Amino acid sequence: MQAQVPRLELSGISKAYPSIIANDAIDLTVMPGEIHALLGENGAGKSTLMKIIYGIVKPDAGVIRWNGSVVRIANPAQARALGIGMVFQHFSLFETLTVAENIELALDPSSETSGLDAIIGDVSGRYGLPLDPRRHIHTMSAGERQRVEIVRCLLQEPTLLILDEPTSVLTPQAAAKVFETLRRLANDGCSILYISHKLDEIRELCTRATVLRDGRVTGNCDPRLETPSSLAKMMIGSELPHPHHRAATTRGDGNLGIRRLSLAAEDPFGTDLVDIELSVRGGEIVGIAGISGNGQKELLAALSGERTVADDGAIVVNGTPSGHLDAGERRALGLAFVPEERLGRGAVPEMSLADNALLTAWRQKLTHRGMIRIEAMRDYASAIIARFNVHATGPDAVARSLSGGNLQKFIVGREILQGPRAMIAAQPTWGVDVGASAQIRQKLIDLRDDGVAVLVVSEELDELLEICDRIAVMTRGRLSAALPARAADAETIGQMMSGSFIGVETTRTGEVATAAAARTIDAP
Amino acid sequence: MRLKLELRPQPSRVMAWMSPLIAAAATLVAGFALFSLLGKDPLQALQVFFVKPVETRYGLGELLLKASPLMLCAIGLAAGYRANVWNIGAEGQLTLGAICGGGVALSFPGANSAWILLPMIVAGAAGGMAWASIPSWLKTRFNANEILTSLMLVYVATLFLSWLVQGPWRDPEGYNFPQSKIFPDAALLPILLSGTRLHAGFLISLAAIAIAWLFFARTLIGFRMQVAGLAPAAANYAGISAKRTVWFGMLIGGAAAGVAGVGEAAGPIGQLLPSVSPGYGFAAIIVAFVGRLHPVGIALASLLMSLLYLGGESAQISLALPSAVTGVFQGTLLFFLLAADVFINFRVALAPRNAPSSATAAGFASRA
Repeated sequence: MQAQVPRLELSGISKAYPSIIANDAIDLTVMPGEIHALLGENGAGKSTLMKIIYGIVKPDAGVIRWNGSVVRIANPAQARALGIGMVFQHFSLFETLTVAENIELALDPSSETSGLDAIIGDVSGRYGLPLDPRRHIHTMSAGERQRVEIVRCLLQEPTLLILDEPTSVLTPQAAAKVFETLRRLANDGCSILYISHKLDEIRELCTRATVLRDGRVTGNCDPRLETPSSLAKMMIGSELPHPHHRAATTRGDGNLGIRRLSLAAEDPFGTDLVDIELSVRGGEIVGIAGISGNGQKELLAALSGERTVADDGAIVVNGTPSGHLDAGERRALGLAFVPEERLGRGAVPEMSLADNALLTAWRQKLTHRGMIRIEAMRDYASAIIARFNVHATGPDAVARSLSGGNLQKFIVGREILQGPRAMIAAQPTWGVDVGASAQIRQKLIDLRDDGVAVLVVSEELDELLEICDRIAVMTRGRLSAALPARAADAETIGQMMSGSFIGVETTRTGEVATAAAARTIDAP
Repeated sequence: MRLKLELRPQPSRVMAWMSPLIAAAATLVAGFALFSLLGKDPLQALQVFFVKPVETRYGLGELLLKASPLMLCAIGLAAGYRANVWNIGAEGQLTLGAICGGGVALSFPGANSAWILLPMIVAGAAGGMAWASIPSWLKTRFNANEILTSLMLVYVATLFLSWLVQGPWRDPEGYNFPQSKIFPDAALLPILLSGTRLHAGFLISLAAIAIAWLFFARTLIGFRMQVAGLAPAAANYAGISAKRTVWFGMLIGGAAAGVAGVGEAAGPIGQLLPSVSPGYGFAAIIVAFVGRLHPVGIALASLLMSLLYLGGESAQISLALPSAVTGVFQGTLLFFLLAADVFINFRVALAPRNAPSSATAAGFASRA
């Protein structure tokens, strides 16, 4: 092959915000037909760099070359005109419209829209992205929605496609399908810039990688030739801490039980829970795997007491039938809970860390006859900050001012310091950087070693395989039996996610009949 | 270049406190324009409106007298508003308070000890709470919007009072005027400042401000109500009952308004009339927001609102303006406050003319 002109060449790109230098003299070269990984922890500057390429943010300094000539990309429309397409991490689709309508909305007003269905069919066929143009978005699963986003981008025939953590909402099998598509695109000469912090994916898919840390490029490599730990080292600057996982020794008296729980969803787009059975004993971690939106939210609300259930015995907390108890009463029984949303649920964004400590930990003698003990409350918050390595200015720091990972450490710390006998953690490391994730996982393992019954609900299969003793899979509002983690692998669990454990009599064949079912099936 | 509104990275604290001051200043400017348009000398008119009423000792007494019910109603409403409980019916709860407190006074025409005031106040608070409990129940049982139900109950309360003083409670020696008997002297709140009408109700209001401060800043229940207001999902997560929050928020507002009603009936009025309040319960909503739902802010805002009432009366007398001018000023103040509040979360920025004006671009830029 002759020496090619790079499709995209960034040199010396810098961008500073009042409080932080997001990008510091970044160089990046993407060749035609290359799948190039942009790797880095949260806050490393990946998103800013992408926004610069896509014309959303203007760099303070640096030069962008597109096919060899210097360009200034003032806005996304201009980026699209150059041939840059971007698939965002969070979907920007109208749920009440059909696939075709959503795609039509994104096209330039001047472009031809008659026969759009045929064009969609053509593109989706060519790249193995099956789509029915007439389906409504709200009936589609996350994987299918992402397909819409990708097809929408492809219709503009981009020569550089940027994807921001595209697999975070997909089953392993669905992710593999996306990889196939991307490889096909690359073969056709389209360059792909793939943003992720999942090392395995990048090693499987990408041929070049640029690693960012604290706004700087810390490495350039061929990820296929690297090990996960060497990549992680470039990413976080040190060896990846590995959690210690001993066989459980202590068996505490804490436990969590769900007995034949069936519950209709409150939300019209929610998932009904069907006949859920699970028991978590003291001294073990049980994981619930599955793609979000399969009833996890509803199950967690029923477990935490945010939603009470009529059948008192359906939920058992530390031996006490608790169906009718509210979240506060279940806490009084020794239950702690780390919810998946940190701001607005796990913590009040506008309030200080001290106030947020009071939120669930007031039973730890932080009040006296209904009056708040200000000193005790601040001390408690300070103790969390110190013991859980939370980077914050102190107990008066406002929750919203903390990064996602630090706030999560604070919330986990607040729950653990209450000395629970049973603990529920939902997506404990979602959006948390690698270092903090490892810390949080270790804390959960320590809890288990102290005899606490721990239930972890997570979309990150690797995380569950790493820390759990047993793993169950949730799909379409049903929960599989929990397998010993030793017996589980990504393949088996991926199959269970698509419903293989559900009895034949309840599996729908042929057309996808209900919205709830449709949301969860990622098979083409 | 053109101007555009841009989301601040975080709400401005300075602006949160400046906004009421800006609103007050803008109200003055609007008043200036208004008086000019009406053909009055604006400076003299403003002097009549804002200075003349408080030039005398009596005037100052009136200022505090009218501030008392405003303060009391507003602080009670603020307890609810902080918890996202939108009680708009303080006027009706105040009326019920006056009816119940007045009922006690009228039942003991021979009372000669000031101790009668205690059951009157308790009855007033109970009346206000009873009235507030109706929207609370409708909200928690049927999820009926408390803004509508509490507002509609205002009119029921006013008509109920009107029926009482024209029917069963009408003074037989009152020449058929729709009014009750005069309360016995012992059932009148003692005057604080001789030569004025300022009565002990003012002390109750001050005490309410202090208690509210303690309640908001130091008690677990006050904290939990605030959580319910700021982040309902966090409240639910922490086991704070949404229903209890509604009940508490409404009942505190009802009790405070009820006591304010007793203060009016057993204060400057001294009997029950078809109307015991010139809209204090509604004006208190403005007071609560101008005062940023904070006890100290509410105390100051109630003085401002009281001055608007006095200024309106003064303008009627000296400038021959209609009494509606008070309402105009109240509305103008709230309008400017809400407008100025936009700048707590947004700021004005210069945008180049051809920049991408799409909300997405601006949103992404500000989140980066």
